[in-house]
Amino acid sequence: MALAAFVVIATVAVASALGLILRRNPVHGALFLVVNLGSIAALYLMMGYEFLAFAQIIVYAGAIMVLFLFAIFVLIPGKEETGPDPLRTWRLLAAPLGAMLLVELALVVAVRRTAPGPLAPAPSAQAGLALLFTDYLLPFELTSVLLLAGMVGVLLLARRRA
Amino acid sequence: VIPDIYYLTLSAVLFTLGIVGVVIRRNPLVIFMSIELALNAANLALVAFSQRSGSPEGQTLVLFVMAVAAAEVAVGLAIIVAIFRVRHRLNIDDLSLMRW
Repeated sequence: MALAAFVVIATVAVASALGLILRRNPVHGALFLVVNLGSIAALYLMMGYEFLAFAQIIVYAGAIMVLFLFAIFVLIPGKEETGPDPLRTWRLLAAPLGAMLLVELALVVAVRRTAPGPLAPAPSAQAGLALLFTDYLLPFELTSVLLLAGMVGVLLLARRRA
Repeated sequence: VIPDIYYLTLSAVLFTLGIVGVVIRRNPLVIFMSIELALNAANLALVAFSQRSGSPEGQTLVLFVMAVAAAEVAVGLAIIVAIFRVRHRLNIDDLSLMRW
């Protein structure tokens, strides 16, 4: 049962990723990416990490993708990537190189340590969050500084030259 | 319970698709979205490893990745908008000023 659910979600994830990189219209790509992020959130739910799943939906599928859609609507007056591609022959190399990358990643996954089964009971969903306020308190606070720096940087970049 | 190798394989496939998208697309916005795809694949692998090894630190790291990705997207989109204001075109191949 769980396996069937995983297969369905994984198929949706891979298909939406393909949609993102193959569709010409960037708005369609953004919507495909929303589907992809949602399917990964579903996988987090299946693993029992509810907080991660909802943070994924709120932060990625909500905030980040809305930002992307805003940028697309501001920037794209019509169709994009029309006309002949001057570097087409070079881009065809992407297929063999991508296949090589996939094989390498598959090898890394396949030949990793051989211990069968889980080494320890899976951590609870709360354990990772509790770490944020104990061992990782300083990085957690630095994240707020990073977000503030990002905000100031965006204001600076978006300012019109007088 | 699904074995973690399934999650890792899915993560590898999604990461590869993200990198291929970065290489084959000409629109910087789509390239940026492909980077997000690859980041998410890495997050999935982190969670799968966390579940397998029993250490909760993978989940913590995923939360940090999300925060950094939010900041990165904001700044990156602002840069793309700034480039568009100067060039009035959106083609990544036009941006060869810093190419060797």
